[in-house]
Amino acid sequence: MARSGPPLRLFQNWQAKLAATPMILTALVVFIGCSLWTVVYSFTNSRLLPRLEFVGLAQYERLWSTPRWQVSIENLAVYGVLSLILTLAIGFLLAVLLDQKIRFEDGFRTIILFPYALSFIVTGVVWQWILNPDFGLQHIVRGMGFSGFTFDPLNDPNLVILALLAAGIWQGAGLTTVILLAGLRGIDEDVWKAARVDGIPTWKTYIFIVLPMMKPVFATCVVLISAGIIKLYDLVVALTRGGPGIASEVPAKYVYDYMFGNQNLGQGFAASTMMLAAVLAIIIPFALFQLGRKRRV
Amino acid sequence: MSDAAFPTRAAAPARASAPRGRLLDGPAGVAPTRRMNPKRIMVYGGLIVFSIYYLLPLWVMVMTSLKGMPEIRMGNIFAPPMEITFEPWVKAWSEACTGLNCDGLSRGFFNSVAITVPATILSIAVAAVNGYALVNWRFKGSEVFFTILIFGAFIPYQVMIYPIVIILREIGLMGSVWGLVLVHVVFGMPIITLLFRNYFSSLPPELFKAARVDGAGFWGIFLRVLVPMSLPIFTVAVILQVTGIWNDFLFGVIYTRPDSYPMTVQLNNIVNSVQGVREYNVNMAATLLTGLVPLTIYFLSGKLFVRGIAAGAVKG
Amino acid sequence: MAQALRAAPATELDGISVSIRDLSLSYGSVEVLGDLNLDVKDGEFLVLLGASGCGKSTLLNCIAGLQPATEGQIFISGQNVTWAEPSERGIGMVFQSYALYPQMTVEGNLSFGLKNARVPKDEIRRRVARAADTLQLEPLLKRKPAALSGGQRQRVAIGRALVRDVDVFLFDEPLSNLDAKLRAELRVELKRLHQNLGNTMIYVTHDQIEAMTLADRIAIMRGGKIQQLASPDDIYRRPANLYVAGFIGSPPMNLLPGRLEGNRFTGALTADVTGYDFTSRPRGPEVVLGIRPEHVRTGAAAEALPIRAEALVEVVEPMGADTLVWAQLGQTPFRVRMDGESRVRAGDRLSVGFDPASLSLFDAASETRL
Repeated sequence: MARSGPPLRLFQNWQAKLAATPMILTALVVFIGCSLWTVVYSFTNSRLLPRLEFVGLAQYERLWSTPRWQVSIENLAVYGVLSLILTLAIGFLLAVLLDQKIRFEDGFRTIILFPYALSFIVTGVVWQWILNPDFGLQHIVRGMGFSGFTFDPLNDPNLVILALLAAGIWQGAGLTTVILLAGLRGIDEDVWKAARVDGIPTWKTYIFIVLPMMKPVFATCVVLISAGIIKLYDLVVALTRGGPGIASEVPAKYVYDYMFGNQNLGQGFAASTMMLAAVLAIIIPFALFQLGRKRRV
Repeated sequence: MSDAAFPTRAAAPARASAPRGRLLDGPAGVAPTRRMNPKRIMVYGGLIVFSIYYLLPLWVMVMTSLKGMPEIRMGNIFAPPMEITFEPWVKAWSEACTGLNCDGLSRGFFNSVAITVPATILSIAVAAVNGYALVNWRFKGSEVFFTILIFGAFIPYQVMIYPIVIILREIGLMGSVWGLVLVHVVFGMPIITLLFRNYFSSLPPELFKAARVDGAGFWGIFLRVLVPMSLPIFTVAVILQVTGIWNDFLFGVIYTRPDSYPMTVQLNNIVNSVQGVREYNVNMAATLLTGLVPLTIYFLSGKLFVRGIAAGAVKG
Repeated sequence: MAQALRAAPATELDGISVSIRDLSLSYGSVEVLGDLNLDVKDGEFLVLLGASGCGKSTLLNCIAGLQPATEGQIFISGQNVTWAEPSERGIGMVFQSYALYPQMTVEGNLSFGLKNARVPKDEIRRRVARAADTLQLEPLLKRKPAALSGGQRQRVAIGRALVRDVDVFLFDEPLSNLDAKLRAELRVELKRLHQNLGNTMIYVTHDQIEAMTLADRIAIMRGGKIQQLASPDDIYRRPANLYVAGFIGSPPMNLLPGRLEGNRFTGALTADVTGYDFTSRPRGPEVVLGIRPEHVRTGAAAEALPIRAEALVEVVEPMGADTLVWAQLGQTPFRVRMDGESRVRAGDRLSVGFDPASLSLFDAASETRL
């Protein structure tokens, strides 16, 4: 029944506050608290157990002088750039192809997107089998008469990144396609009518009129793909286990191995803090851009 | 204007017998179109090439899993089996070795079910209430917490995994299935909360007002008015969460012990174990088994799956 | 009701159903409602009328308790309900978008509020049956809202307020989503309902026809303040200020700026306003003369009237029953509503005339009626 006093601020819709406690705890304890904890402990010499003995930037110095970390960063950069470009290019091409009022659109889209429903572990294992030098692609092509043909990315340090790309794009390009297709469908029909009346060829309309109109959708895709690239871990574990040698190591795997395998927590914390810094470098400009756009509207 | 310009119904039969004098020479009626022009061929050709790229691994998986090892050693991984055998499937399910024990993937399957079911239910329940509170019962700071939540979705898990180990150890859930469930609830929260927030804010606010005038409270409005009309969005959330949690590897390998490893971790251990003879057919059967649950959901849900990921992505 | 709803001194609120005292609402520095005072009598049909963003819906939400006010008090049926929950205020509310619960049947929609209030089952059945009878909803009781037409949905929404057995009904633009024909029908039905029930009704709309036809009194709002609170007839004939004069009437009143010396007006026309019922004298000589297009006579009828002028016809809009003439009086646009039978053409010179009793005079500086 009715309250007898003035509604106190703290108790105003207390049920909502109570119901939102899990969200508040997640935001404060996990996302902020745990991240800060890791950043702080990255300046300590923790090994098997976390210890608050500060050693300044020693962990970072050691991190950047470790060949495995250098290779990891280099791999991530190469994989990241190629994967971003190829995913966007293939995604856009497929979206345009699907947008041509084709028959069986649902069928094609189902085929293109199904790998996205799979675990990276499944993807990695399948591509490991397809790229197996003794039974897979290389074996088949040799069997067709090209006995000198060599394509063994899983055992070639220079090509192993291609194996990761083939599998990664197989799994992820469908998502980009679907998002870009939604973006294409969101464009005003009248733009197409106007272009047709003006006699502009379809491909030109796509590149010079539609593409610039889809900037926000592309920005969303870039952020999603980038977030995925930085988290790249499961696929490497299942497909190459970082090999041959350390040729396909990535930062996320470095973090895991140092934290849980080599019992060198400080290194793991420093490496994960570097990953956080990289993400912030992508997210903050994007967030500011979005914020600025909202203000202007 | 003469009548002839607007032929009436009565005039029509007369016109049929009269000479066709009104049409001039040249194009008339529907323009002729070729069903297959070069452009269409390119479009379909491109789509078919990509479809092969996408379907080939699935094909290879299925074919390999149905062959015996001798046939695999001799033959072509793309070729269909000459002799179909289901033995690899049986072996993968109940006999394959994961390093510690040799009772196959079945253990992982049941572990995954035991993780996915409560984690899906709990994470959706929490996130739906979040979204509802954020839209209809805003309080001071609610938007701030939501912004942190969305930012949190982009923080690499690696930054948070170790402190969470400590937290789980403190509350006694480290290594147990329930600890992993909690982790999934936490990390599923941003995207699912966003999903529900967007959905609830698309509903007419008058509905909420009407329910308040009718005397329904915080939970009454949520459970009796909003939830019954939100079935589609709950389905989308279930699809997202079941596939996401089933496919997880990182959290499974960190927060559970070997006897409660989820299926993905077991699959990786079977395939990438160093000891013993490699049985590729068993590996592929195991891979298919692991992928079967999300694939089934994907093929059954069709457009809802697309709607789910698009809703999460475009608005994020 | 709980004791917490403190009863106000009985004499002061006698015969008053809803009383609003010094009500204000602001978001930060933006003032949405400013120092509002309003008394609605028992059984009165009050319409809050205004353009979008004038605060009329916000005021209604405040009365309903859906929007907490920053300052002031609200009394309903003699109880101070300023802090009370919407469901405790003794109100029923009907929304523009109907806001029917889509997964419940019509019967479920009608009984939801009663179930929440833990009304006994027999009583619920009795009240639902009565409301269904009043609104002719019996054949629809088992249907879901999706299977109803717009008009039927709105009747269910009204029924939802009806079953609550409350003293005050609140309507938030209830007819705006309907097409013109249905709107006219439901308008009549609403009026009949009010006559039969005799409840207090507060009705928000931006449609002046709805306001004029339904209201006992109209409150015209602008910028969170009430501009004029009066009977429809008063608002039409004696608008309190220039805003109300321009807002009510379609096409709106002709407004001619000029000077008033004694009883002599000079502007686009010269007129002797003897016979006008002054409530106050202007502070300065600058005034605005207003005359409704339908109060202007033309041709022979104009000759007999005290104020006459000649206008140049620019555009003629025949509308069947009457004809709208857009003319120029010197340099000032001037609208005249004529009989549908009259034959005028663009370029014609038209002699016009009107009575001082039918015009309105406003002070140019304060924009208020003289």
